[in-house]
Amino acid sequence: MRLANVYRLGLKELFSLRYDPVLVFLIIYSFTFAIIAPSRGVKLQLEHASVAVVDEDRSQLSMRLTETLLPPYFQAPEQIDVGEIDAAMDAGRYTFVIDIPPRLQADASQGRRPAVQVIVDATAMAMAGAGVRYLERVLVEEPLLYLRGDQAESPPAVGSVIRLAFNPNSESIWFMSVMQIVNMVTLLGIVLTGAALIREREHGTIEHLLVMPLTAAEIMLAKVWANGLVILIAATFAMVVVVQGLLGVPNAGSLGLFVLGLGVYLFSITALGILLATLARTMPQFGLLSIPVFLVMYMLSGANTPLDAMPELLQRVMLVSPTTHFVAFIQSVVFRGAGLDLVWPHLAATLGLGAIAFAVALARFRQTVSLSRL
Amino acid sequence: MAEHAAGPVVRLSGLSHVYGGLNALDGVALELSAGRLTGLIGPDGVGKSTLLGIIAGVRQIQSGRVEVLGHDLRQCRERDAVIERIAYMPQGLGRNLYPSLSVRENLDFFGRLFGQNRATRAERIAELTAATGLAPFTERPAMHLSGGMKQKLGLCCALIHDPELLILDEPTTGVDPLSRLRFWELMERLRRRRPDLSILASTAYMEEAERFDTLVAMDAGRVLAAGTVTELCARTGERDMESVFVALLPEERRGGHRRLVVPPRTQGGDGPLAIRAEGLTRRFGDFTAVERVSFSIHKGEIFGFLGSNGSGKTTTMRMLTGLLPATEGEAWVFDRPVDAEDTALRRRLGFMSQSFSLYGELSVRQNLDLHARLYRLPAKDIPARIAELAERFDLARVIDARAEALPLGVRQRLSLAVAVIHAPELLILDEPTSGVDPIARDGFWEQLLMLSRDQGVTIFISTHFMNEAERCDRLSLMHAGRVLAEGTPADIKSRQGAATLEDAFIAYMEQGAADAGEKTVADREAVRDPALPPLHPRSRSTGFSLRRLWAYARREGAEIRRDPIRLAFALLGPVIMMIAMGYGISFDVDEIAYAVLDHDRTPASRDYLEHFAGSTWFSEQAPLADAEQMWRRLASGRLAVAIEIPPGFGRALTGGSGSEVGFMIDGAVPFRSDSIGGYVEGVHRGYLEARGADPSAGPSASPVRVETRFRYNQDFKSVYAMVPGILMLLLIMIPATMTAVGVVREKELGSITNLYATPTKGGEFLLGKQLPYVGLALLSYLMLLLMALFLFRVPLAGSLLGLTLGAVLFVFASTGLGLLMSTFMRTQIAAVFGTAIVSSMPTILFSGMLVPVSALTGPARIMGYGFPSAWFNHVSVGSFTKGLTVGDLWLDYLVLAAFGLAFFLLGLVLLRTRER
Repeated sequence: MRLANVYRLGLKELFSLRYDPVLVFLIIYSFTFAIIAPSRGVKLQLEHASVAVVDEDRSQLSMRLTETLLPPYFQAPEQIDVGEIDAAMDAGRYTFVIDIPPRLQADASQGRRPAVQVIVDATAMAMAGAGVRYLERVLVEEPLLYLRGDQAESPPAVGSVIRLAFNPNSESIWFMSVMQIVNMVTLLGIVLTGAALIREREHGTIEHLLVMPLTAAEIMLAKVWANGLVILIAATFAMVVVVQGLLGVPNAGSLGLFVLGLGVYLFSITALGILLATLARTMPQFGLLSIPVFLVMYMLSGANTPLDAMPELLQRVMLVSPTTHFVAFIQSVVFRGAGLDLVWPHLAATLGLGAIAFAVALARFRQTVSLSRL
Repeated sequence: MAEHAAGPVVRLSGLSHVYGGLNALDGVALELSAGRLTGLIGPDGVGKSTLLGIIAGVRQIQSGRVEVLGHDLRQCRERDAVIERIAYMPQGLGRNLYPSLSVRENLDFFGRLFGQNRATRAERIAELTAATGLAPFTERPAMHLSGGMKQKLGLCCALIHDPELLILDEPTTGVDPLSRLRFWELMERLRRRRPDLSILASTAYMEEAERFDTLVAMDAGRVLAAGTVTELCARTGERDMESVFVALLPEERRGGHRRLVVPPRTQGGDGPLAIRAEGLTRRFGDFTAVERVSFSIHKGEIFGFLGSNGSGKTTTMRMLTGLLPATEGEAWVFDRPVDAEDTALRRRLGFMSQSFSLYGELSVRQNLDLHARLYRLPAKDIPARIAELAERFDLARVIDARAEALPLGVRQRLSLAVAVIHAPELLILDEPTSGVDPIARDGFWEQLLMLSRDQGVTIFISTHFMNEAERCDRLSLMHAGRVLAEGTPADIKSRQGAATLEDAFIAYMEQGAADAGEKTVADREAVRDPALPPLHPRSRSTGFSLRRLWAYARREGAEIRRDPIRLAFALLGPVIMMIAMGYGISFDVDEIAYAVLDHDRTPASRDYLEHFAGSTWFSEQAPLADAEQMWRRLASGRLAVAIEIPPGFGRALTGGSGSEVGFMIDGAVPFRSDSIGGYVEGVHRGYLEARGADPSAGPSASPVRVETRFRYNQDFKSVYAMVPGILMLLLIMIPATMTAVGVVREKELGSITNLYATPTKGGEFLLGKQLPYVGLALLSYLMLLLMALFLFRVPLAGSLLGLTLGAVLFVFASTGLGLLMSTFMRTQIAAVFGTAIVSSMPTILFSGMLVPVSALTGPARIMGYGFPSAWFNHVSVGSFTKGLTVGDLWLDYLVLAAFGLAFFLLGLVLLRTRER
């Protein structure tokens, strides 16, 4: 294998990419708007939850209960009637409805322990649980404070101090923005590289390369480095300018380690793209193969929902996906500031899986040329 | 029709067309009279195809007047009225056919496009296939037809609607001589039967020119001359068409053209061997492309492979280059067995494949430079070598032009220059001159002869031109995967006692066919039976036609059925994804990994920690030694929470003085850290309550109780919320990906011409293409629904009808989205990739699947409501969990229908129904 060949062919690859303005536009879109919009708009935890209050008491206590629904956790609560609850919840307008019964204050002061109802749309999984825990606490504490005249309570014998390491204010924008980078890198890495190979096959240029004194490994590595480099630069730009700059998300770890990990991951994911391209005969087949692979790898990587909530068996299966390891790597590096000494196992796994994908693709590479016959 | 018969069928004036910055047509004026066979001759890239496309109504008219059959084609309505009286067969064998469809299905499709009913179609198909000898092969897929058969099928498709004007763009290029002969015989019979039929055809074979009533010679976008063959010969004083044409060219274009003389080989026939093949056989499935082919080529020889498209020439050459492993047999190049990994051998070899396979986006210089470097020429020699080749192959003028912008003839020269850049000893050239005009071909051969005679390069070339075959030292005639004869051109002719190589080839082919007892039997019968279909009254339908829509739907459906891999991906893919994601996407937090840093180490602290160890939510890890270790383990992500018990915890508990347990939660994943905080708090309070240590902390102490009602999902399990969401995800991502290549692929492969050249409306085309995918998506919906109900046991609280109605509208929208992307994207990659990017974000993040749409802010919320996913997510989750029925979901239906309609209309606006 000669590096000069890999370099030359890679330059050609870059040239071809530059020549397709739609792809260039899509790459730019992927690393700007597609990161900003979800980061700013999507909250995976209790934040900006929609809530309505049915206040049948209209007392001071019920007002104070309504006031406990504060930003950033809740949107400004809306007052609705009992009769509207069903329709509003069916339409998904509110995730939480708090129903304060008539005579709440009176009953409470007389020690009758009236019940405030919290009605939750339990189909809003991520938000409902956290919201209920929050509401159950404040709706119990607030009357206590109110009826006892806001005096400081004698503290319990043993208190609890909960602190959040690495993201003390639990800001979801940190998480969303960085995970969106992973999302886009994964999609681009698979589709761009794999489709570039399919296109060469459909245009017959790959045959031309294979009759030259080039090895399949050289041709594949050229695709890996060229497409990988473009995505690496775009993703690093997204990290530094969009995520850290524009969205103000801190990077707890070193940028160098981020770039190193990204580079390793890109090798892995572009190799996978090539592997998928050797399995598909045509572009429609490649689309149908790569999009599901991307979706499963991304959705189950831990970038959306935590890995340990998955069934044990599935967790093990997902360990064959480089995305799973890379998500763990990037979360440790960017959020927790971990160094190479801590994250090298993730990096090694990503690299190893990439090497396997590359080896299988290499073994299949020549056969795929005969697939192009039609 | 009778009123046009006397007047000209085509009248052009001042017709100009600029294409890619080049003047393809430059003020063409022409009149063609009815009932004649008119030939369009001229070099490649002079505007013949553009002119034919404009007359056929498939290309837009830029400037000038075009009147066909008395209708002004510039008027859309007039064009629509006349287009079904014209038939158009585009260049490239069977380029507008559908390879996976059978002969009958292809014909049936075209019949439907022209509004024929079942009986008419059956009758026309029977007649046309009988007349062309295709009758025994009606069930064979088009991709397994030989070149000649593809050409006949193309002709049948063009003739199915009994046109008055037949336009054929290079109909005989790449067809074997026997098929070519039969083709012209067929034309003769057709004309006898239909004397008023006007035929306009272009050709690359000058020897065919004499078959035409009228000839139109073109060069550089202009008409050089028009007239009968005799007239043109008289005008130029030449005797054969090739010379006539050269004489007609302006002086500067002739470029010192002279008759090519083949110098004899200096060295005798039996030198050392360059290539030896023995019994090469290649099968693709049950189709044998090459069968027991043997030959040997001596060093310095020009060895020709003569045969039609699909005769196995290309496959044989690919086996010799190592691109394709042979199923049986063996081959040696320079006495070394062909081995795909032998790079040293490949350095001695130059290859030029049938289609242009250099990088179109690179310039001539960049292409040469890239290959020079890949062949490891010393860097310092490269500029000189490029200059030398540019000079020799006349590329100097275009050295910085992009390769794809060059005319075909120039590109072929570039390909040859690239193939010889490293001065190889052996050149393998696969139909290098296909589609190149006679002058350029001669120039090309001059180069080849120089390489062979002066430099001793061995040349192995395939061609379907007889005059090129004559120039080879030795020949091999190939047909249907087998070698019919081998020898010098003179040998081959004398063995059959034929005057020309063409006659010899035909004689061999008829012999071969007679031995095999197939195909030509049918051909001969066709010759004996001159019956060709009489004119039928046609059903004129210019409005929107359901029949045509159905034709497209049927055809697309058949293509999907023939592609089992795609079908499997489309149906099994979602099932696998449903299983993976249905079980995998979960917000249920359990097994929270925690570790303890116990500074107290008293029975009290151990008792406290027992509460965590005993909880199902928590999973204990090895204890922590110190704070530093805590940070390290938190940072590595292996720990979700660290519990720090302060010194004096036990004393505080009994003594009542303040002490605080510290919980350090990994906050990297915000929603998860929130949940963990809640669980930690819960266990902590539970402990204190159990001990009665904290009277104020228990809920029993509060004056108000909180009753929480989990609506729609009493058990609060992720699966009830996620499975309906995943159903939504799969019903948009997969169908949209499938349709995303729908239009753009037809553009790349060429069958889009059928939209341009038939009365098809854009709406019929788009809806027709969409329907099979809607059907497939609904099948997938059914499977996913059953999985949701019986595998994941998510009960359907609402109505099945309500969910299904929503699903139908939703898949219309999702398939419509893919088609919309396909109408304006230029490449298949961009279409697949663009659709994935455009649909994945609003579907995964803004649809309500993970986060309620009501909690989104800014552009995310707008994109959520501005995309179909959120609306169907409401239908899906609402139907499964909320018990909603048709009456509750009317707004969602309305919005989904509006999306479907909007995507369709937008696609209609962006879809071109004529080529630019």
